[in-house]
Amino acid sequence: MSLYSEKVMDHFRNPRNVGIIEDADGVGEVGNAKCGDIMKMYIKVRDGIIVDVKFETFGCGSAIATSSMATEMIKGKSLDEALTLTNKAVTEALGGLPAYKLHCSVLAEQAVQAAILDYYKRNGVPYDEAKFPCALCAHEHDHTADEDGE
Amino acid sequence: MKIYADHAATTKLTERAAQVYLETAREFYGNPSSLHTAGQRAKEVLEDCRGQIAAMLGAAPREIYFTSGGSESDNQAIRSAAYAGKKKGKTKLISTAIEHHAVLHTLEKLEKEGFKVVLLPVGTQGIVDVKDVEAAIDDSTALVSVMFANNEIGTLQPVAEIGALCRARGVLFHTDAVQAVGHVPVNVKELSCDYLALSAHKFSGPKGVGALYCRTGAPLSPLIEGGAQERNRRAGTEDLPAIAAMTEALKESIAGMGAAAAVMRRLQDRLIEGLEKIPHCALNGDRVRRLPSNVSFCFEGIEGESLLLLLDEKGICASSGSACTSGSLDPSHVLLAIGRVHDVAHGSLRLTLGAENTEEEVDYLIASVTEVVSYLRNMSPVWRDLLEGKRQFIL
Repeated sequence: MSLYSEKVMDHFRNPRNVGIIEDADGVGEVGNAKCGDIMKMYIKVRDGIIVDVKFETFGCGSAIATSSMATEMIKGKSLDEALTLTNKAVTEALGGLPAYKLHCSVLAEQAVQAAILDYYKRNGVPYDEAKFPCALCAHEHDHTADEDGE
Repeated sequence: MKIYADHAATTKLTERAAQVYLETAREFYGNPSSLHTAGQRAKEVLEDCRGQIAAMLGAAPREIYFTSGGSESDNQAIRSAAYAGKKKGKTKLISTAIEHHAVLHTLEKLEKEGFKVVLLPVGTQGIVDVKDVEAAIDDSTALVSVMFANNEIGTLQPVAEIGALCRARGVLFHTDAVQAVGHVPVNVKELSCDYLALSAHKFSGPKGVGALYCRTGAPLSPLIEGGAQERNRRAGTEDLPAIAAMTEALKESIAGMGAAAAVMRRLQDRLIEGLEKIPHCALNGDRVRRLPSNVSFCFEGIEGESLLLLLDEKGICASSGSACTSGSLDPSHVLLAIGRVHDVAHGSLRLTLGAENTEEEVDYLIASVTEVVSYLRNMSPVWRDLLEGKRQFIL
């Protein structure tokens, strides 16, 4: 019995797509060091498809595992598909997270959106703001939801 | 290699204490409150334990009350002193910013009930200044509560001086000695304390048992009602096997204290020297005035929970004061109190040694921590920003 599921531990121990892309087409950074989590995502885009993705994360085990899982889930997907990625989907793909760790998974969703938003901005692509609810919010993941649960 | 380096969290029961536990459970199963022979035999064991623990602390037997552990003892001491003070119009409670939550949360509750709580700073070394305590004491002060040794950074507080000061000023003094008893000499007379909390599982006794020293004449009211046990101050049938095992463990700890401290000091020096070689890190708490078992560091650019998980993979049991390990959103209040900012406090690691740890284990700890810190830094965007000058190093 451990704190995290075997799937979470696998992604934590052997994170996929760690690193940076020097000539990335889009880079998104979310979270802050004060909260103890920062996630940075780099994407390479060809014909509207995410052909490569890398991440760097400063954070706890679940932050690293969700980053890793999120990169796997968007690699090879179109930008529109990647934008539909939710923290819930990432968490489910990992076989769940302890309740008080769910806020860490929000960062992964935000980082993907932030990287895509950056790509659109760099390339002057018009975008629908409604598709970026997270990346356009305060750039800080919301802690208030889990504050009551202690 | 399997290394247990979390002795401040809890310790392994000694073989002899485990034997005493079983023997007492089998042989002395009577209820000490019963009139019959089985009960009275159990009562004899209970009072024998009380006498032995009292003697080891420099107290009288009637000044020792058995409890469920450190938290209960802290709660009871503080509430007793606070309510007794209130009857005389004294509602000020003085403590420090680095106390255990058993103390801090009790004080917070009392603050909501109308008491005035003053938490003194401890400076960057993690040690409260006696002058600050002196300045804070006034005619309205009901209690001063200062821990003997800090559980996170191991710093030893000037409790004997504070005790003498409180005695001279006629103010009740409580010390949470949970991390100290069994590890460094503790004598209630030398401390001039009115209350002292201890917990068995911190000195290789069983979990769920501890004691409260309450000086004769100091107010003590029960937290738990329902029986005349512990001279009406703590209801509930005494956990005699645990009390007997605690007594045995304390005897062993005190008998081996000098030798254990010498071993741990050597290991502590080696561990601190080894970890200090990691760039951009800092030891938390005073280098000298600390428990021989405690080594606490902050490493810039990483987060403590991931550090602990990777160390666990290497067979190392350690602890951290990061938010993610505390189950709250803020890093350790102790690290914040000694001036570590949030960004750095999240990257903390606490290794607490026991006398059974070896030099070989310490070398493995150093190598493992060095490797894991480096690995996590390599995937940290904070570390990259620090290296590229986009963010300033703090440590």
